[in-house]
Amino acid sequence: MGETSNPSRRRITIAIMALGGQGGGVLADWIIAMATRENYVAQGTSVPGVAQRTGATIYYIELFPKAAHPPILALSPMPGDVNIVIAAELMEAGRAILRGFVDQDRTTLIASTHRIYAISEKSAMGDGIANRDYVLNAARTRARNFVGFDMEFAAERAGSMISPVLFGALAASGALPFSRESFEAAIRDSAIAVGANLKGFAAGFVGEADKTTVAPSPDLPPSPQTQAGRKLQARIEAELRKQAWAFAIEGVRRLLDYQDAAYAELYLDRLGAVAALDTAGPDRVLTRETARHLALWMSYEDTIRVADLKTRRSRIARVHEEVRALPDQVVHVTEFMHPRLEEICETMPAWVGRHVLRSKTISALLSPLFRQGRHVTSTRLGWFLILYFIAGLRPWRRGTLRYRQEQARIDAWLALACDAAKSDAGAALELVQSQGLIKGYGDTFARGLKNFDILLSVYRRFRNRPDCAATLRGLREAALKDEEGHALSAALMQFGLAVDAA
Amino acid sequence: MAERSFKTEVEKLRLGAGADFGGEGILAVTKALLQAGVAYVGGYQGSPISHLMDVFSDADALLRESGVHFETSASEAAAAAMLAASVNYPLRGAVAWKSVVGTNVASDALSNVASGGVKGGALIIVGEDYGEGSSIMQERTHAFAMKSQIWLLDPRPNLTTIVDMVERSFELSEASNTPVMLELRVRTCHLQGHFTARDNVRPSFTIAEALNNPVRDIDRIVLPPASFLHEVEKIEKRWPAAQRFILDAHLNEFLGAASGDVGIIVQGGLYNTLNRALELSGLSDEFGNSKLPIYVLNVTYPLIPEEVQAFCRGKRAVLIVEEGQPEFIEHELNTLINRADGRTRVVGKAVLPRAGEYTGAVLRSGIEKFMKEFSPETPILGAPRREGEDARLNMEVPQRPPGFCTGCPERPIFTAMKMVQRELGAFHVSSDIGCNLFSILPPFNIGNTTMGYGLSSAGASAFKPAPGGKRAIAVMGDGGFWHNGLTSGFGNAVFNQDDNVVIVVDNGYSAATGGQDLLSSAADNQFRSTKNPIEKALRGVGIDWIRPLTRTYDVPRMRDTLKAALTTRTKGPKVIIAQSECMLNKQRRIRPQISKAIKAGKRIVHERFGIDPDTCTGDHSCIRLSGCPSLSVKPSMDPLRTDPVAHVDNSCVGCGLCGEISHAAVLCPSFYRAQIVTNPTRIDRLGSAIRAFLIGFLQGRADRALARRAF
Repeated sequence: MGETSNPSRRRITIAIMALGGQGGGVLADWIIAMATRENYVAQGTSVPGVAQRTGATIYYIELFPKAAHPPILALSPMPGDVNIVIAAELMEAGRAILRGFVDQDRTTLIASTHRIYAISEKSAMGDGIANRDYVLNAARTRARNFVGFDMEFAAERAGSMISPVLFGALAASGALPFSRESFEAAIRDSAIAVGANLKGFAAGFVGEADKTTVAPSPDLPPSPQTQAGRKLQARIEAELRKQAWAFAIEGVRRLLDYQDAAYAELYLDRLGAVAALDTAGPDRVLTRETARHLALWMSYEDTIRVADLKTRRSRIARVHEEVRALPDQVVHVTEFMHPRLEEICETMPAWVGRHVLRSKTISALLSPLFRQGRHVTSTRLGWFLILYFIAGLRPWRRGTLRYRQEQARIDAWLALACDAAKSDAGAALELVQSQGLIKGYGDTFARGLKNFDILLSVYRRFRNRPDCAATLRGLREAALKDEEGHALSAALMQFGLAVDAA
Repeated sequence: MAERSFKTEVEKLRLGAGADFGGEGILAVTKALLQAGVAYVGGYQGSPISHLMDVFSDADALLRESGVHFETSASEAAAAAMLAASVNYPLRGAVAWKSVVGTNVASDALSNVASGGVKGGALIIVGEDYGEGSSIMQERTHAFAMKSQIWLLDPRPNLTTIVDMVERSFELSEASNTPVMLELRVRTCHLQGHFTARDNVRPSFTIAEALNNPVRDIDRIVLPPASFLHEVEKIEKRWPAAQRFILDAHLNEFLGAASGDVGIIVQGGLYNTLNRALELSGLSDEFGNSKLPIYVLNVTYPLIPEEVQAFCRGKRAVLIVEEGQPEFIEHELNTLINRADGRTRVVGKAVLPRAGEYTGAVLRSGIEKFMKEFSPETPILGAPRREGEDARLNMEVPQRPPGFCTGCPERPIFTAMKMVQRELGAFHVSSDIGCNLFSILPPFNIGNTTMGYGLSSAGASAFKPAPGGKRAIAVMGDGGFWHNGLTSGFGNAVFNQDDNVVIVVDNGYSAATGGQDLLSSAADNQFRSTKNPIEKALRGVGIDWIRPLTRTYDVPRMRDTLKAALTTRTKGPKVIIAQSECMLNKQRRIRPQISKAIKAGKRIVHERFGIDPDTCTGDHSCIRLSGCPSLSVKPSMDPLRTDPVAHVDNSCVGCGLCGEISHAAVLCPSFYRAQIVTNPTRIDRLGSAIRAFLIGFLQGRADRALARRAF
């Protein structure tokens, strides 16, 4: 865009893209104060409006070396005319690019690469997170100069807000003709949290040194440490193609943790049945996905499992870390449990549970006891012992009603998948992946299970049709669109299926 | 006390002649009022003018010592009515509000004060909430100025001009016996800049003097026959007087080249944007030395025929840069040129968009079209062609709609409503103005209409349920309640025997406008009367079915109360008063107290929530029932799970809603509440040590069992 720029242009224009609470205003104030001291005319403005409540805000600053005549300064950034764009979050950098503020020939883009997820990303029923690599790549390629790292992390380590880190990165970028001392003087003069802000500033100034702290890449499959582990590993390597090993090892690890070696063996038995039919394509995606989904399903979250996970030593340590408890602070942890009569019965021996659920009188008698949610203070001895006792029911899990129910569902599901694998590998994969619909607890679980059942019944009607896999995929995606089931109903209609296909 | 404090900045208001004043536009306006010797000020807060009200409030002591009376008006109508003080007395007064909505509310009083005219200078400062960042319907205040004959100033956006125009406004008002409006755009209100101060002037005539020596002039009261005289007076006396003053005082400016074939007429507020667009087109420079003549309308109503005709004389065409619609100035310019038999073409909306904000890019493309057609011989740099729009990027970058703050007490109200709707089906919900309106957005998606501030109950009044049929629900904030809702909502509902349900959100502040105090605020306020309960007012207008809930976070109670209101056999309006303090303001209030207590070694318990990632299955039901900024997601560390898991970040304030939701909606056991005791007592520590020992012993056993069955 060089042909349109004014060669004698002396102004420096800065756009700050921030979210409410990130201190964008403070950053703007520092820049204005610093420039004023450096003998510049500095003008800043912003558009907060409703953006102050969780939305995005743009602060815009124009600097001009003091001259005999006052310059005419603009109040909003113009595409192609912005020297510096500072984005306090990755997607805000993306937004600056979209609005044309980031110019190939002119703009230094300083952005924190961390994410603050938008409500649309958070509330999706599955994975709604935007593609960060695409945006990051756009930032790298569309700016004249890109300075980007996880400044939120740097701020956290420095014990500051993100604004001084951005200010430090701005100083280091050399995009402003002011010395580091001048930047620091602006922080000092503002006289608010000077120590923390200077630390944050320093962290931002070094910026790249931060790379050493980047999270390590995901672990390679661990090697077995026990007799049972080695046996299972040997079986995996003997019976499965290499592509499926990683998930299968994760699967047996999880099921050992969940139940015992025999249960892990059962997992491999089931997986083997599918693997034997998986002959399409070299990547064995059907086996791999079955390894994943089967392990997830077989480790369904029953009361025993939840009590087990809640009482582990590692969990308490994680809580302390997450809430950033200091060593001299005392932490009490309260769980929000809502065991309904259904969950209680599911934990009972199958015949007892079934009887209670079937008997209207007993149910009516017992259910008031389990209508209220419980505040379970798991760090208190009484509640801990109850949870510990429930976790200790693990050896008797096979006798519970829930175990019977889940194993029956798993067997039915795998039988259908095997049936499909013989003739239609695509449909088989879709069936296997449908397990992903079953999530959560209580009503959420019931909704997922219902949608899952719809898919199975659609398979039964569509098997042997060439569009079977595509139909199943369309329905699965629709089921994840909204929790009221509007999209799924619409999709069922579209495929010519009655809404009550199940 | 408001969200933003100007306590230190207001000291700048004392600066004397010659001093350099640096600060926000809003603060500069306040200083200008003091320099103009204003005797009284009032107004109603709302973006972009909220800070002006906050500055007034924080400067109340200083105002008092300068002999200035300041009032936080109950509404814009109340503020406009205050200008009555300038009708009979030489008192200068100023009021401020968000426009166009505030002007709508004020219009009854405005029409009256404009009809009878004023003796003392009367200034109305309007924050024109138009374009980016606006939260209201896109309309022009200009129409109000025209219909009531109120002069409208739209100064160039730099502090020197703005301050100057504020002072000139009073002179104009007095010279023409007409109230004057000063329009400030969103960015101008928040503009940081400098001007050279003048001394403050004490009002030459005070409110007390007026009260002690009342003056009455029946000709200034709007009732026939005076009202007919007023109309004639406006046309024959006040209008020409105003035009004469504007002309003589050179309120409008002629900038850029002295002559040319084509020129530009621009609203003052858009001048800086225009110059930037011209500069990038190669038609001006950074100091405003435009190659085209520019006529800057710092006064956009009325126009000055002599100036217009002089500017247009000999020009092929003029471009009128006038933001918003309808294009009143363009029409008027055509009329003026026609009347003078001029030949100049007036070009405005023909090359500029009819609707929407006039940003630099918009103006640049309009200028290009104008110049190509009317001055093709002038070289001009074309606007850069934007590289192909990146559709993928557009798809990836998510929208950020506004939402309730972390820990907001209004959130659980809508969580409960969502749960009631799941049970009883959808309801017609009449929304209001204020934070509560965020319910219409994800994740709640609740609310059918909003008809104005405090008008949600009235907005549902046509819905009279059939016997046994569904009732409508209205939601109103305490701001809306005191602004208008008490009479047009609840008085109306009682009188017309409404059978609907209204939820009044009583969070103790006018929260959406920046946390100002209200009649029902729980805080003590040195200059205002607070702690007037909403319930008392409701009983006063005759409402009997009232359920105050003092903890909105109690979702089951909220849900059950709402269900009861929707299903009770009792006829008449049913009101639930949902009372919990605005969290944003509560945090501002208690944080300093807590850190002080911690420093003093006191035992402090604070709470926050967390989620166990190994029991979270990634369905995000909790987020769809909450939407709290601190309740987010993070990539799953479980190699078998691809969906992100829910996660509570460190901004959690421990409001408790997460736990309530997981209970009330029977969600999942992943949530936990951590109570963190700072400065624990000896008993705390002893108890903790004993528990840690016993629990640790059992965990050791479990760990060994786990190790035995490990991989």
